[in-house]
Amino acid sequence: MTKRSSQMDSGSGVSLGARLIVAAPYLWLLGFFLVPFLIVLKISLSESAIAQPPYLPVLDLTAGLRGLRDFVSGLSFTNYFTIAGDDLYLFSYLKSLEVAAVSTTILLVCGVPLAYAMARAPRAAQPLLVTLVMLPFWTSFLIRVYAWINILQRDGLLNQALIRLGLVEEPTTWLATDTAVYIGLVYSYLPFMVLPAYASFEKFDESLLEAAADLGCPRWRTFFVITLPLAWRGLAAGALLCFVPIVGEFVVPDLLGGSEATMIGQTLWTEFFANRDWPAASAVAVALLVLLLAPIAIYQHLQTREIKVRQ
Amino acid sequence: MTSGPAPSSDLPAEPLVRFESVSKRFGNVAAVDRLSLDIYSNEFFALLGPSGCGKTTLLRLLAGFERPDEGRIMLGGRDIAATPPHRRPVNMMFQNYALFPHLTVAGNVAFGLRQDGLAKAAIAARVEEMLALVKLEGLGHRRPDQLSGGQRQRVALARSLAKRPQVLLLDEPMAALDRKLREQTQFELMELQARLGLTFVIVTHDQSEAMTVAHRIAVMDRGRVVQAATPAEIYERPQSRWVAEFVGDVNLIEGIVLKTDAGEAVIGDKRGRRYRVAADVAAGAQISIALRPEKIRIHAGPAPPDAPNTMRGKVCDVGYLGSVSTYKVQLDDGVVVKATVANVARTSGEILRTNDNVWLSWPPDAAIVLTA
Ligand SMILES: Nc1ncnc2c1ncn2[C@@H]1O[C@H](COP(=O)(O)OP(=O)(O)OP(=O)(O)O)[C@@H](O)[C@H]1O
Ligand SMILES: [Mg+2]
Repeated sequence: MTKRSSQMDSGSGVSLGARLIVAAPYLWLLGFFLVPFLIVLKISLSESAIAQPPYLPVLDLTAGLRGLRDFVSGLSFTNYFTIAGDDLYLFSYLKSLEVAAVSTTILLVCGVPLAYAMARAPRAAQPLLVTLVMLPFWTSFLIRVYAWINILQRDGLLNQALIRLGLVEEPTTWLATDTAVYIGLVYSYLPFMVLPAYASFEKFDESLLEAAADLGCPRWRTFFVITLPLAWRGLAAGALLCFVPIVGEFVVPDLLGGSEATMIGQTLWTEFFANRDWPAASAVAVALLVLLLAPIAIYQHLQTREIKVRQ
Repeated sequence: MTSGPAPSSDLPAEPLVRFESVSKRFGNVAAVDRLSLDIYSNEFFALLGPSGCGKTTLLRLLAGFERPDEGRIMLGGRDIAATPPHRRPVNMMFQNYALFPHLTVAGNVAFGLRQDGLAKAAIAARVEEMLALVKLEGLGHRRPDQLSGGQRQRVALARSLAKRPQVLLLDEPMAALDRKLREQTQFELMELQARLGLTFVIVTHDQSEAMTVAHRIAVMDRGRVVQAATPAEIYERPQSRWVAEFVGDVNLIEGIVLKTDAGEAVIGDKRGRRYRVAADVAAGAQISIALRPEKIRIHAGPAPPDAPNTMRGKVCDVGYLGSVSTYKVQLDDGVVVKATVANVARTSGEILRTNDNVWLSWPPDAAIVLTA
């Protein structure tokens, strides 16, 4: 008893090490997310200039308070108005959302049954299956996408196989189409869908399935009334893990897609590297981030609501 | 032993459930080994046996979660080998309850009824009825994780009863309950079974539980049924040493039948002691005498001269259990015999103490003579 109270009293004297451990994730977020974000936000409020760095105003600390006042008055929302006023950006955003939504749907349709089959496989075989799903990570992402160019090009493996099988007469154009983008995205993101889904199926209590069967529920229906409702969180996490990065995806649409309708990641790249308009690029990035907060917030909301219902 | 067992002679000719030399192997372990068993309609039947003897496997075979490697399982005269679990008129109450965590109590109870495509109103009415039956009125909207262990057990019971199965399988339904709640639940189960007129098959490794609730008990050992009979018969007329030792306490004396005379036999043991027992056995047979501790009388002084089967010894251990006391008596030749005496009078101390000299006796018809 006395020991405990003395421990409580010394609460203010928690060791520095313990505090550092608690603070570590926050410091990490502060250093690697919040600070860069604030920098990008600031750049997005600046205006483009032919200078080094290529934007204005730059905070001049040597000028003291006056410098700060000049700096603040130099900021404006002009870039955001430009983005909002130009159809190009709007289409780009919509295109990104469409691609992300369609590929996430395909990923769900392919990944969920795969994860379910893995979780139902014999126990001894499961580590091997998980390793197989993760195996592509052992090769560079870029190299794997280049490999797809090889497969999808006019005289590539896919067309050769199709012609050999007599399914088509003439080589089909795959590369530089939306189909190629979807193939590339689904291929690249499949592990991010499968692994969380597998994790939630794997810890599933088998006797619930038997109880459902015992009460007269056929196997296929059990999946929809028991398995899915209990595993949805894992599936939603997987979907989010795919949807969010796909919206901002650059490599796959740039290498495999056509040039007519670009995704927001490509637009951003163009602004940044081709036009060297850092402020506009930053505004696009900030707008993208705000856009992506929506699905994350919805997921969070559903999750907390579920927790509340359970209490 | 308080149940009103349906005597085996009253049983209808046609069993509801029939196992015909059924085997189920896992690898090279025979969980169920050429087992045959009949369970009749309206019976409260218990499967009793040590851990790992195949009780759960037997239930799972009947529910359809396991397929027999050999033999046939008949339900109502029909082979059910080809019937999948969801089509069998059999419901199971799982040992871990297996309640659906995402459904409410009412949703759990309604689950089976929904599968049958019953009308909403009919389902709601039946759910109300079942919740009332297990005394959970008003808790229908809760989720399983908002219930106590005992309440969860009741939900599981209500859920498995909701469809009025021909056979209800209960796998150690009371394992997670404390003793008071367990006893209460036992009586509720008996009452429910009688009221609903269903067939219950309960798995337990608690023999007093089996004896309390069941009309008949199948004692299992290593995948086989070693005896299936009423609780009284199992206790008073076990068919083998193994059953006698597994069910209740017993003293076993090995010996040879020296001579027989008008339904009474004289048995001689290795140490040259003679016993008179009421039994029909052939002279010269190797047998064991099984003596229940409560059938042995203890005398503080020399036993009356006409008392049969007397033995002299010394009390070496006394166990006071409230309603009864058990005494371990060491005979002159070192053999220890256990005897139980009901504590009829209220005494502060024991009447007999360790190291007291005592005389034991038992009537010839108290002994069970076992040839197996
Ligand atoms: N799925 C399985 N795979 C392998 N062996 C199994 C399996 N199920 C049961 N067994 C084995 O079969 C035997 C009987 O098991 P069962 O579960 O039927 O025993 P039980 O009588 O219910 O025991 P308990 O009282 O401990 O629950 C045991 O030896 C067990 O190890
Ligand atoms: Mg068991």
